[in-house]
Amino acid sequence: MTTLTVREPRARFLDLIASEWLKLWSLRSTGWSLLVGTLAVVAFNLGTAWDHYRYWFQYDAEGRAGFVRNGMALGDAFTGNASMVLILCSAAMGAVAVVGEYGSGLVRTTFAAVPARGSLMAAKLLVVAGVQSGFGAVVAGLSFWSTQAVLAERGVGLPLTHPGALRIVVASALLAPVCALTGAALGALLRHGAVSVVGSVVLLLLLPSVLGDRRHLTAVLAHATPLHAWQRLVAVGPVEGPYPWTAGGAWLVYALWASGAGAVTVLAVRRRDQ
Amino acid sequence: MIEARELTRRYGSKTAVDSLSFTVRPGVVTGFLGPNGAGKSTTLRMILGLHTPTSGSVTVDGRRFRDRPRGLRHVGALLDAGDVQGGRTARAHLAVLARGNRIPLPRVDEVLAEVGLTAAAGRRIGGYSLGMRQRLGIAGALLGDPPVLLFDEPLNGLDPEGVKWVRGLFRRLAAEGRTVFVSSHLMSEMEHTADELVVIGRGALIAAESLTDFAARGARLSVTVGTPDRSLLTALLLSEGAEVREESGLLTVTGLPAARIGALALEHRLPLDQLTTRTASLEEAFMELTADSVEYPAGDAR
Repeated sequence: MTTLTVREPRARFLDLIASEWLKLWSLRSTGWSLLVGTLAVVAFNLGTAWDHYRYWFQYDAEGRAGFVRNGMALGDAFTGNASMVLILCSAAMGAVAVVGEYGSGLVRTTFAAVPARGSLMAAKLLVVAGVQSGFGAVVAGLSFWSTQAVLAERGVGLPLTHPGALRIVVASALLAPVCALTGAALGALLRHGAVSVVGSVVLLLLLPSVLGDRRHLTAVLAHATPLHAWQRLVAVGPVEGPYPWTAGGAWLVYALWASGAGAVTVLAVRRRDQ
Repeated sequence: MIEARELTRRYGSKTAVDSLSFTVRPGVVTGFLGPNGAGKSTTLRMILGLHTPTSGSVTVDGRRFRDRPRGLRHVGALLDAGDVQGGRTARAHLAVLARGNRIPLPRVDEVLAEVGLTAAAGRRIGGYSLGMRQRLGIAGALLGDPPVLLFDEPLNGLDPEGVKWVRGLFRRLAAEGRTVFVSSHLMSEMEHTADELVVIGRGALIAAESLTDFAARGARLSVTVGTPDRSLLTALLLSEGAEVREESGLLTVTGLPAARIGALALEHRLPLDQLTTRTASLEEAFMELTADSVEYPAGDAR
């Protein structure tokens, strides 16, 4: 009997990223979800801009002047409704990237092929974050361009160089990866498709909505959520309310959610039985 | 080589695997037998590091599998043919596995050809039959050309031609010097496949020995005899020291070989219309040995 020797090239993290990239795009649903998500979010923004365009002359002169003075065209670039749709889409796609493997049992095949579970999940999260950043950039960029083009027909569209405009686009674009990573973390913890999506909605949409910012405690909790951070970042002009906070604080909330979700996901798969 | 030492796994108060020690050697096909719920799948998952042992250890070629960064070149495994996502094509599924392990992509088409899925490689797995999924799972196990292969109930869903092919494949892999560990809850599946056996029941080891040794320890060889004059033949056989049971017009004789029974009948001019040595005693040996450890017995069978 011959002794078999294993010749193995050095393990590279890059291979795991390439593998997860292939895994994501080899499902037809990935492209469709991104396309439908893009159309839905842009439609919400475009709808608001269209409304302002269509009924522009039903506002009195003072109303129209106020629209321009307060930079309200930027409000149409990415609306609150659109942000909720984006959060839902991205969180669901992030959750599905993880839960899809648990639901089908693929996760066992995956971890039997790559026993370095933590590295594998890190690679998956990087791919998800990268794709979602691209998705967010396309959605936010397309929304900005299309809404301002519509408003330009009434001579009130604003360029990307307008103060605060770029921040709206970037904050809206990055909302996608932050929420997708949160969805992925909930997926890794809960391992069940529907439960993870419902959990994401509760954590990212419901909870922030019930947290008011008129009391110190609830204001602090509210400011710690991605939804409020986004609202802070897209706010035009001075921030009102009893507990104002800085845009830097809001960016920090984004960063903490993304890194926290990443840590939770990696730890969840390293500790538990698969 | 797979070495399990005092391997134990408890889920709450239930002990799924109970201080299991065995060695699976390279160069032979080793069957892993036990009734449903005996702990076979749990053991295989612990070998692959998917589940953590409560105590004890199991190593593959001297190392805990979980400590290896990439697995496919060390162990190829088919745990459950359903452990795939139906939306992917077979080729994409294997390409994902290959890419992560830095296995060149042409190898994907090689293993697809080896398991006979070339024509279906571009179809989505969701439309595959169980037999095709088993073939895909085997292709995945072969991907890294590993020295150790694990298969959990690989014959489920395969047609007779497929079963024959899989048996040939296992023998070939073993002949190449690989360690081949195949689980089953049916002795009949292992009879023509395995050289060595590891038999467990309720998580504990019942036997770890060669197939021939296992067969010898079970039910004794019996001969079925048919004759018009059963009472005379029974008397003759009993006087020769055999044990005779009569069942639906046939005699079941133990303790005397068929040749001796035939000679005895000829001597006394007794016509025989049937004389059959029963070789299917392996299944009985298995049933006998595991009877006390069946986890989910049906009705009032025990």
